[in-house]
Amino acid sequence: MPAKETFYDVMRKHGITRRSFLKFCSLTAAGLGLGPEFAGKLAHALENKPRTPVIWLHGLECTCCSESFIRSGNPLAGDVILSMISLDYSDTLMAAAGYQAEELLEQTIEKYDGEYILACEGNPPLNEDGMYCIQGGKPYVEKLRHMADHCKAIIAWGSCASWGCVQAAKPNPTQATPIHKVILDKPIVKVPGCPPIAEVMTGVITYMVAFDRLPPLDRQGRPKMFYGQRLHDKCYRRPHFDAGQFVEAFDDEGARKGYCLYKVGCKGPTTYNACSTIEWNGGLSWPVKSGHGCLGCAEDNFWDKGSFYSAVTNLKVAGNVEANAEKVGGTLAAAAAIGVAAHAAGTVISKATGKRSKQAEEVNNG
Amino acid sequence: MVSVTTPDGFNLDDSGKRVVVDPICRIEGHLRIEVNLDENNVIRNAVSSGTMWRGLEVILQGRDPRDAWAFTERICGVCTGVHALQSVRAVEDALGIEIPTNANHIRNLMMLAQHIHDHVVHFYHLHALDWVDVVSALSADPKATSELQQSISRWPKSSPGYFSDVQNRLKKFVESGQLGIFANAYWGSPAYKLPPEANLMATTHYLEALDFQKEIVKIHTIFGGRNPHPNWVVGGMPCSINIEESGAVGTVNMAWLNIVSDLINQTIDFVDQVYLPDLKAIASFYKDWNYGGGLSSKNVLSYGEFPAYANNHTNASLMMPAGAILNGDLSTVYDVDVRDPEQVQEYVVHSWYEYPDEAVGLHPWDGITDPRYGLGPNAKGTRTNIEQLDEGGKYSWLKAPRWRGNAMEVGPLSRYLIAYARGKEDIKEQVDRTLAELDLPLEALFSTLGRTAARGLESSWQAHKMREVYDEMMANIKRGDTATANMEKFDPSTWETDVKGVGFGEAPRGALGHWVHIKDTKIENYQCVVPTTWNASPRDPAGNIGAYEASLLDTPMVNADQPLEILRTVHSFDPCLACSTHVISHEGEELTTIKVR
Repeated sequence: MPAKETFYDVMRKHGITRRSFLKFCSLTAAGLGLGPEFAGKLAHALENKPRTPVIWLHGLECTCCSESFIRSGNPLAGDVILSMISLDYSDTLMAAAGYQAEELLEQTIEKYDGEYILACEGNPPLNEDGMYCIQGGKPYVEKLRHMADHCKAIIAWGSCASWGCVQAAKPNPTQATPIHKVILDKPIVKVPGCPPIAEVMTGVITYMVAFDRLPPLDRQGRPKMFYGQRLHDKCYRRPHFDAGQFVEAFDDEGARKGYCLYKVGCKGPTTYNACSTIEWNGGLSWPVKSGHGCLGCAEDNFWDKGSFYSAVTNLKVAGNVEANAEKVGGTLAAAAAIGVAAHAAGTVISKATGKRSKQAEEVNNG
Repeated sequence: MVSVTTPDGFNLDDSGKRVVVDPICRIEGHLRIEVNLDENNVIRNAVSSGTMWRGLEVILQGRDPRDAWAFTERICGVCTGVHALQSVRAVEDALGIEIPTNANHIRNLMMLAQHIHDHVVHFYHLHALDWVDVVSALSADPKATSELQQSISRWPKSSPGYFSDVQNRLKKFVESGQLGIFANAYWGSPAYKLPPEANLMATTHYLEALDFQKEIVKIHTIFGGRNPHPNWVVGGMPCSINIEESGAVGTVNMAWLNIVSDLINQTIDFVDQVYLPDLKAIASFYKDWNYGGGLSSKNVLSYGEFPAYANNHTNASLMMPAGAILNGDLSTVYDVDVRDPEQVQEYVVHSWYEYPDEAVGLHPWDGITDPRYGLGPNAKGTRTNIEQLDEGGKYSWLKAPRWRGNAMEVGPLSRYLIAYARGKEDIKEQVDRTLAELDLPLEALFSTLGRTAARGLESSWQAHKMREVYDEMMANIKRGDTATANMEKFDPSTWETDVKGVGFGEAPRGALGHWVHIKDTKIENYQCVVPTTWNASPRDPAGNIGAYEASLLDTPMVNADQPLEILRTVHSFDPCLACSTHVISHEGEELTTIKVR
């Protein structure tokens, strides 16, 4: 086997100049929310690290995560696949099939035992001896466990792998089970969302490849850099929420003025994700910007929290003040103002006391 | 069985060597194919098994029907949105909701964009490597590649230097020894027929298509907020249009409409200058490889799609018509009624489900599904380590849908054959012109390559349709109509207590229907019958085989250990298995469960 190449070697081979390479590093560092001093560290890391092998498995899922991944604009998915990582197994993209495909798994274990990243899209079903998802004639869960035994770390792509998602919604007929409840002895980075934002996916990969460590995670195992704030906190329609200006029905006067979607069911106030800041498909738009409330798709069990068109009723804030739909959505500006003031105060208090993650759990469990 | 003839006229012989391909990669979901080869390595029996089941329809029971689009959209993230559209249509049909003209235009634009995206990604990223030898591209002459490119298209990225850069990138990638997604494949097989220059051109466009596909989906991002999985709403579309008043900056405005218009132009350019010329160039080297026709020359079905007029799903409105052809008789196109209990029915005699009487088929509104996993008596291996399936018993998580008892092929080729047979001028002209260019008869369409070609031709037709739809939408807005949603019956208190509805149309892979029964404002029953269930279907009680199984028959394999020919033909259907496996478990009962260690 040839000596392992670094990411920088590969970029150089592809005719990318050092100047362009450094520009890539500073853009990536900025994209990850890191200060300018990290651009140098990133460059150093990429110049000296070998390309990381990645095994990308699919359980029960819909492939929206892979589809989202190839939408990445910075870096381009083609550049990630050809230059940043070595995507040694992917049901969706690999040329080989059948036993030639399965051989690659064993080859990877042989060459890179304990060194590869296991990227999991979808989840294993545990009912019916695992045979609701059969691969190579065997239960998917066996393949998952085998590949997890030899990996360095796991990325749980999307809400299927992170939480269970749609097939795990009640009554979860297949007993679809998230990765962290099946693999108990490996570090797992959860990148939830149905699907996650493309640039969040490539951002997490870039961080792990460049710094050779997991990104800092919150108590639920999500990268803080992308899942640290509620959509509501950074929503461009937030001023309308604060002013008590709401859409009452789709395509009403308020909708045409871009008012807040809280009363038609927006889950932005309880959803931790980067949609309102990074936005989707090259930063063009995101659900709220195009007129529909957030479904809360990055949150655990979001399918079983009532209709997507019911206003959030568990908008808990610190200080035991509860601003529920009736209070905020009571339509009287005064009532709305009280609820909003309490909400805003709560946000400030939780910032001051650093109880954000606890608050997050309360919201999510509420 | 050793040798039998099926009622639909296919000869099956399972006496020869059995070859198993599992997993089939470069598809959506999980699929297993088994074939028997005769002494000349010709396929004489084929078995298609869907190997996953998620049970989404049981999950929908008891829920708010207005939410169903979001659940069913997650059936598939590759053909994202197609299930959401049929879902909102089914609920609107049940509740008697009419959508505004703009909502119809926007839905058409989103669905056209979805089809083209899906077709482009399929051709370049899921299917091309069955025809294109990436390693051979390394020995291409960039100058000759440039000449080839310039001879078939006016696409500007065509200089020798450009191809030389891509080739160098590829060379260094291969030299690195880490072949990634290209590892352990079938490079150098004599089944590959393209000269190195064509291989380099196609490989280059593999990368360009990867960049293009992230652009066209921005039409979804503007109207639906994101892609994959954009947002929809029962009654219309959630995006309001505001082109002149204050607040316009927060909604669909002129700036965004201009982006849509620009994306349509980009799409027309890419499809007409890259995709179609590539398709014709590649096909011209495989004219002798005319296998894989299967059911396409016999039975094809389409529900029709892209209604020109809002709330009108008859052939008078559908830009791509509906219909069914039986026994290859193009002179008779039957009308299809998805509500008729005698027409669309599903069987389970060879599926891992149980009916009280498995000799009969059930219409989706009466559909029952009870999962019963288990292998037939002649299977090899164990229930959790299958070495060989027994197609005489139950062998797939897919049901077997039939139209008036017939196995049908669905998809772009079926749509095109039906449009052609119905005398649709624009499509007839396009097909005849292309066949003349390639010097091929109409019968050449009944093949693996015919399926692949129809998808490309349809992409071009769809790209130009997007322009027409956009122009009509702008004309409607100019007339002062900016409505995008009808919310009169959005409130469940306005609904009747017991109603049924159906949403039907064409997904990229073929006929798709959602049947819903709403009782006391909640979903009582929900069934989807999807394209890949038609095409990848197992056998039925009469012994008819499905489209995948039929298409693989009589194909010679160059090398029995390299399943290139199987991949080619199965890929030509663009399999989508997450879509196709569905059921309702009545009690949602727990079956055998394995312990978490």
